[in-house]
Amino acid sequence: MEICDKTIHEIKGMLAKKEILPSEIMKSTLSRMEKTVKFASFIKTFPEEALKYAEEQDSAPLKGALSGIPVAIKDNMCIEGKETTCASHILRGFVAPYTATVVQRLLNEGAIVIGKTNMDEFAMGSSTETSFFGNTLNPWNKDMVPGGSSGGSATSVSLGEAIGSLGSDTGGSIRQPASLCGLVGLKPTYGRVSRYGLVAFASSLDQIGPFAKDVEDAAILLKAISGYDPKDSTSVNTGVPDYTGEMKKEIKGLKIGVPKEYFLKGIDKEVEACVKKAIKELESCGAEIKDISLPHTEYAVATYYIVATAEASSNLARYDGVHYGLREKAGNIIDLYKKTRSAGFGDEVKRRIILGTYVLSSGYYDAYYLKAQKARTLIKEDFSKAFEKVDVILTPTSPTTAWKIGEKTDDPLKMYLSDIYTISANLAGIPAVSVNCGFSGGLPVGLQLQAAHFNEAVLLRSAYAFEQMNDYHKKRAFSGK
Amino acid sequence: MEYEIVIGLEVHVQLNTLSKMFCGCSTKFGAEPNTQTCPVCLGLPGVLPVMNEEAIRLTVKTGLAFGCQVSNFCKFDRKNYYYPDLPKNYQISQYDKPLNAGGSVPIRIKGEKKVIKLTRIHLEEDAGKLVHNVCGGSGVDLNRTGLPLMEIVSEPDIQSPDEAYAYLTSLKQGLKYLGVSDCNMEEGSLRCDANISIRPKGVLQLGTKTEIKNLNSFANVKKSLEYEARRQEKALGDGGRIVQETRLWDAVNDKTVSMRSKEEAHDYRYFPEPDLVPVVLDDEYFRKVAGEIPEMPDVRYERFIAEYKLSEYDAGVMTSDRDLADFFEETSKQGVDPKKVANWIMGDFLKEINTAKVGICDVKVKSSDLASLIKLIDKGTISGKIAKDVFAEMFISGKQPEAVIREKGLIQISDEKAIEGVIEGVLKSNSKVVDDYRSGKKSAAGFIVGLVMKASKGKANPKLVNELLKKKLDEL
Amino acid sequence: MKVDKKLVEYLANLSRLEFDDTKLDEITDQLKGIIKYVEKLDTLDTKDVEPTAHILPLKNVFREDKITPSIDRDKIFKSSPDSDDGYFIVPKVIEE
Repeated sequence: MEICDKTIHEIKGMLAKKEILPSEIMKSTLSRMEKTVKFASFIKTFPEEALKYAEEQDSAPLKGALSGIPVAIKDNMCIEGKETTCASHILRGFVAPYTATVVQRLLNEGAIVIGKTNMDEFAMGSSTETSFFGNTLNPWNKDMVPGGSSGGSATSVSLGEAIGSLGSDTGGSIRQPASLCGLVGLKPTYGRVSRYGLVAFASSLDQIGPFAKDVEDAAILLKAISGYDPKDSTSVNTGVPDYTGEMKKEIKGLKIGVPKEYFLKGIDKEVEACVKKAIKELESCGAEIKDISLPHTEYAVATYYIVATAEASSNLARYDGVHYGLREKAGNIIDLYKKTRSAGFGDEVKRRIILGTYVLSSGYYDAYYLKAQKARTLIKEDFSKAFEKVDVILTPTSPTTAWKIGEKTDDPLKMYLSDIYTISANLAGIPAVSVNCGFSGGLPVGLQLQAAHFNEAVLLRSAYAFEQMNDYHKKRAFSGK
Repeated sequence: MEYEIVIGLEVHVQLNTLSKMFCGCSTKFGAEPNTQTCPVCLGLPGVLPVMNEEAIRLTVKTGLAFGCQVSNFCKFDRKNYYYPDLPKNYQISQYDKPLNAGGSVPIRIKGEKKVIKLTRIHLEEDAGKLVHNVCGGSGVDLNRTGLPLMEIVSEPDIQSPDEAYAYLTSLKQGLKYLGVSDCNMEEGSLRCDANISIRPKGVLQLGTKTEIKNLNSFANVKKSLEYEARRQEKALGDGGRIVQETRLWDAVNDKTVSMRSKEEAHDYRYFPEPDLVPVVLDDEYFRKVAGEIPEMPDVRYERFIAEYKLSEYDAGVMTSDRDLADFFEETSKQGVDPKKVANWIMGDFLKEINTAKVGICDVKVKSSDLASLIKLIDKGTISGKIAKDVFAEMFISGKQPEAVIREKGLIQISDEKAIEGVIEGVLKSNSKVVDDYRSGKKSAAGFIVGLVMKASKGKANPKLVNELLKKKLDEL
Repeated sequence: MKVDKKLVEYLANLSRLEFDDTKLDEITDQLKGIIKYVEKLDTLDTKDVEPTAHILPLKNVFREDKITPSIDRDKIFKSSPDSDDGYFIVPKVIEE
């Protein structure tokens, strides 16, 4: 097994024993990257800079929990001096003059950023097909989508181009590609991780989280990025547990709820079978399985597409060609706005801006936006009630495995419905993780676990226990062919 | 037909904070363009706002002082519209849960007291500035972007341009007493838009209003409202109608002009700002802030009349500024006649301040020094006229009056012998005037007093001069 | 609520976007479909339900009124499509 196919905790062990040097880790990932270019995980890579930094670390003492670990960052997080594109033409030429808090935290722990990953434009999409720079391919089958919007962050880890990565999750954009690429992908509690420096899509839903090859790596990355940030008013000042320690506690007696609403129409039979099998495995570890109900589940997608697009329509207003990024020539300011925005945004982004503008506009606010905010309350309350009875809620991550490239691009609603299982966690602000629970037709299937606010530890604990029961997480997509 | 005027004013006031509303950039006026900006106020991708606690406190203080219902719960909303001075293309403002609702501003108009009701006072961020004709286009300067602003909205409760003027004056006075804003119109820290409509007397329904912008002084607010009322009256009188529109005040030609731009219907799409959490304040907080509110100018005005027996006019001037009122009170408490203090302040004190263009706080003359000066006049140590020179010197050097008098040898001559000597000298060399007096022209006496004072370099005690001269002339 | 081309044109103007006629038809159709879907919320009884704007009960997150250094404007102008003389330059704005 090449170094780049190992996990963070394995590499950390080797570094501690001085069996490898940071530069060797870096060379391994860089050489893998050369072989996997066609998957298009990255919008931009920094091989020379990353190698130079790794070589400097060779002779230095270990800096922190991620010393010498090559990481990839979704291209909607700012790094000073680097372009941040959000996979959009409209940010052409925008060089961030500051660094996102999460990235700074990784750097402080000694991680080395090797590149900015591909994504759906402004994180609006579920397949990484709306990127201005072209789509990313699924590492397990290059005819398939990798999921999205954090597709590139998923594939980079899956392919061994990075040892860990960060994505952002507004309606499933970490968990769903993690599921489709066979990784662990975790969306923390809203407020657990600072959003400062994350280019906003829907501010009340966005949250940054890690992609990792296994649960322990996810725990290490989560620990590194979590915590209060005075620059983000919505980040919460509460203690961050020792996740790797918490993770290893046994799950005997843990109550796991299975909501019936997640196993109705639309779910792929084999996906359902994998998830059901996972339930049995967890039960055999001593967990208590309970049937529960989340009655407002069917309203989640509608609620989400109102709340998210409303916020997006306002968040994306700033891309207007005046202060930075693309500007189309025009004789007056209104035309400048219209020409720039029309040329700079792709269809999906425009569609969502129009929808978001509609639901906020005069006369429609109460019928749509206010109604959705109320529906959000009901969805949140579903979860609060459920977590009075159970510790963890188990569902599939995605109703299907990865689909063919282009299959859903003409039908926005069909695409939106592929997020049906992941959206509720964002609306409720709760943490959720996707772990690999098997394969169907050579494509990974994801299991989603959700917990109460700030209880990432119990998620990691159940996910880790599940992982010990199988070896799906040890399979690697890259075969060298 | 007789019409009545209905006016409502929207006043934007920049709060006295060191840093901006949602980031740490300086609020100092006059910096080079775009040098007081950061990723947050520039609205760069990925940034987040964090509330300035002081801005909240100052707005609460204002609300409490003007009798508003200060909210226990308030939140911020986004007001969405496109303009190049607004880098995020939305303004963080307050929509349905403003910090302060209701309240009123007291005014005095032609000796009558009245209150102008307020609709609300909310907090928001300022936009930037557009500078025209830079490199063939417009230049955008974002130094002002994100400054904390209070928007003070009055009810359509103002019935004349004079009342509008009185309202603005009283509001400004109050805000300056509170120390919440500089209220400097030239630097843009106080801005005003006016809404005006007219309706036939006795009719309850409001007429169509126009909004006047570009008002850069209180005098122009008054003038523009006078103009606009006349214009609307003429339009209706001619059988026309009023178009609801924004009009600009053209201060050069003294008229309002229609903006004529194809103004689209505004649809600001307000919604709660997801990046900021609500502000929840309790009674203890309100009590603490209320404790910081000084006696407000209208209350002080009444008290000055009652306590110091000042005329309404004098009380008005004395309370026009908090520092001035403080100075007046401190001086008056040192055993001198408040009326004399007020006269000194309205006379030489304000004259010197205006000439030197300094603030009251920067004046070197202490209240105890002015009190001493007045006492020296009362005692007859110096004359009122000499006192003016003494004061001028005190104003420049900050010396005590006794020191100035000593150094310049200005002590009044009250020695009768000495004065008689001067009188004799004057009479001798002005025998013609003496003859006039004797031939019955009594006014000549005053002229002679003047000559005596001049000969004594103003130092002779005028009262003694009068007495002694009369005696002397009668003896002749 | 009627979703038609006129509405989409109004929304496009509000959000400073423009579409050619074909695109306008396409977006109108898609918007119709999405709106029809989200209107399933109409079946939900939300009487007496408070709206959720923030998922966590956070309040009073403030910063102290302290000046922190501003950014060097040239760093910003580097990413700017047009700047000169210390200003961002835009086509002449007539209003104000």
